[in-house]
Amino acid sequence: MFVDFFYHLRHFGLKVTVTEWLALVRALASGHSRADLNTFYHLARCLLVKRETDYDTYDRAFASFFHDVEHDINITDEILDWLEDPITPDISDEDRAKLEALDLDELLERFRETLEEQTERHDGGSRWIGTGGTSPFGHSGAHPSGIRVGGSGGGRTAVQVAESRQFRNLRSDRILDTRQIGVALRRLRRLNRDDGPEELDLDQSIDASARNAGEIELVFAPPKRNRIKLLMLMDVGGSMDPHTVLCERLFSAAHAANHFKEFEYRFFHNCVYAKLYTDIARWKGEPTSDVLHNLDHTWSIVFVGDAWMAPYELLSVGGAIDYFHRNTRPGIAWLQEIRRRVSNSVWLNPVQRRHWSAPSIQLVHQVFPMFELTLDGLTEAIDVLRGTRPNRPQIAPADSDDRRYA
Amino acid sequence: MTFNRFQGTDTYLATPELRNAVNVAIALEKPLLIRGEPGTGKTVLAEAVAESLGLELISWNIKSTSKAQDGLYVYDTVQRLNDARFGDGDISDIRRYIKHGPLGRALVSSKRVVLLIDEVDKADMEFPNDLLHELDRMSFSVTETGEQFTAHQRPIVIITSNNEKELPDAFLRRCVFQYIAFPEKNTMANIVRVHHPNVEDELLKEVLLRFYWLRDLPSLRKRPSTSELVDWIAALARGGVGIEALADELPFLGVLLKRETDVEIALSARR
Repeated sequence: MFVDFFYHLRHFGLKVTVTEWLALVRALASGHSRADLNTFYHLARCLLVKRETDYDTYDRAFASFFHDVEHDINITDEILDWLEDPITPDISDEDRAKLEALDLDELLERFRETLEEQTERHDGGSRWIGTGGTSPFGHSGAHPSGIRVGGSGGGRTAVQVAESRQFRNLRSDRILDTRQIGVALRRLRRLNRDDGPEELDLDQSIDASARNAGEIELVFAPPKRNRIKLLMLMDVGGSMDPHTVLCERLFSAAHAANHFKEFEYRFFHNCVYAKLYTDIARWKGEPTSDVLHNLDHTWSIVFVGDAWMAPYELLSVGGAIDYFHRNTRPGIAWLQEIRRRVSNSVWLNPVQRRHWSAPSIQLVHQVFPMFELTLDGLTEAIDVLRGTRPNRPQIAPADSDDRRYA
Repeated sequence: MTFNRFQGTDTYLATPELRNAVNVAIALEKPLLIRGEPGTGKTVLAEAVAESLGLELISWNIKSTSKAQDGLYVYDTVQRLNDARFGDGDISDIRRYIKHGPLGRALVSSKRVVLLIDEVDKADMEFPNDLLHELDRMSFSVTETGEQFTAHQRPIVIITSNNEKELPDAFLRRCVFQYIAFPEKNTMANIVRVHHPNVEDELLKEVLLRFYWLRDLPSLRKRPSTSELVDWIAALARGGVGIEALADELPFLGVLLKRETDVEIALSARR
């Protein structure tokens, strides 16, 4: 039962390792288990969960695991059982090695000894018994009464705490504030020595001084600079309105990030055609070909848009939603040209992935790698731009016939 | 091994779960990693732990240029080179030029100390990994002299992070982790009382109402934190602002909000 909790947590996607689990066993075995499930909830959390973004997952796992427990659990027996047979079939060799390094027999033996001692001295009250501080185990004189469901003192029980899921807002796949976006964008850098004010180059100075028979000679070199040039193309208006706040945050974070060598932004409506706009109202525009002309492979492009439109807006001549465009070239062709010119390009979509089956989204996804506009999605997109993740759009299904949308 | 050693201090209110995490970290002799919004009292925690246990506090404030090695010791070669050129001092004794850093001092100390590694995420991505060995073994050697130092008493290590960078898994595995959530109203009232014991209940209630209203504005770039609230109350007290004034306006808003756009957002939301 006790070890089940370990697998239960892993089943929920928490990457709890054996080392961390053993730390919990150590803490429990050394007397921290006298308290109720509340204490166990916090104890296990601070030892097994290392990111606040995982707190919510932990809460869900904890709630579902302990929800049905009605009787008292004696945690001490559970640990004993587990120590007797700790190697379960699905434990990896690496983990097995870690367990063996601990010398389990010895651990078990010592644990038993202290337990026996404890029974004998049960009346002795709250004296702490240890074996000189070297043992991984110590315990309180009071026999650990085990974990009881239903915390003491009228406070909320741990299950209730877990069920209230107060850390839901910290989940990394849900929220995005300006600062988090800024932090994510900070990972987007490519350092190179460039021109600029010089700074002392220590290695070269040492080298030069050594060649100079110890007479100190100072060498200066330009500092390292970020070379990333970023163009952000944002869909505004229409179906993007519900996502305004999110997109504003992304935009302001990117704008505030001063570590890019160059940062440019343009706006479009639904799809890119012959013109890109420098203002949200889309009054002031410049030809897309001019914008593209100034780009080369040193640039990265981030599209932000829902790619949600009628398929003909992408596929037909004259299909632009703003009829005055009368585009002579289908939108998809513009997108493909941008992709050809700047392969370091990604598409961030504020629409949840499960809705991506819409035809227009599918089509755009086949041109650009597409990610959800969440913290996780943004991180993945940045990994693509950094070259640490394959830069691949979705492959068109074999039976797709683009013409049918035209 | 005993639990429940740290109970908080007069000036620092620790929630039960935070106390629990501190005590687990002390008992298991693992570093305690504290994460949370700025202004939730992460750094002050280390001071409180040191104070309540009567131990010396050694602080190591991490900067973007910090190296793990600097925390252990620095071999001041430039000084030695200078001494050699100008004939000052005994340059044959290298130990004279070994300067212990904060981590080094915590390890060589004859007494148990509290070591605060503040804002660990400011440094390079690999920085935490470079610390792993020393934090595990609590010992280090000085290559230049061949000396080996092992801690007599494992220091209590408290590490804070503002979440600017993701920390490496190997590092996280070795830590006890606690996230300090932003305090809710009742806790906040207690915290404010520690700093301003004389503030009236009614005023405090009104101030907190305004404060949490501000924090909940969705489009705010930088939400005001505890320290800013404490400053705000001090400003209100100095300025002699009463409850009535708070109802219609937000005096000294600049103490809470540091960005022009945020001030505009707050003012327009008032209407």
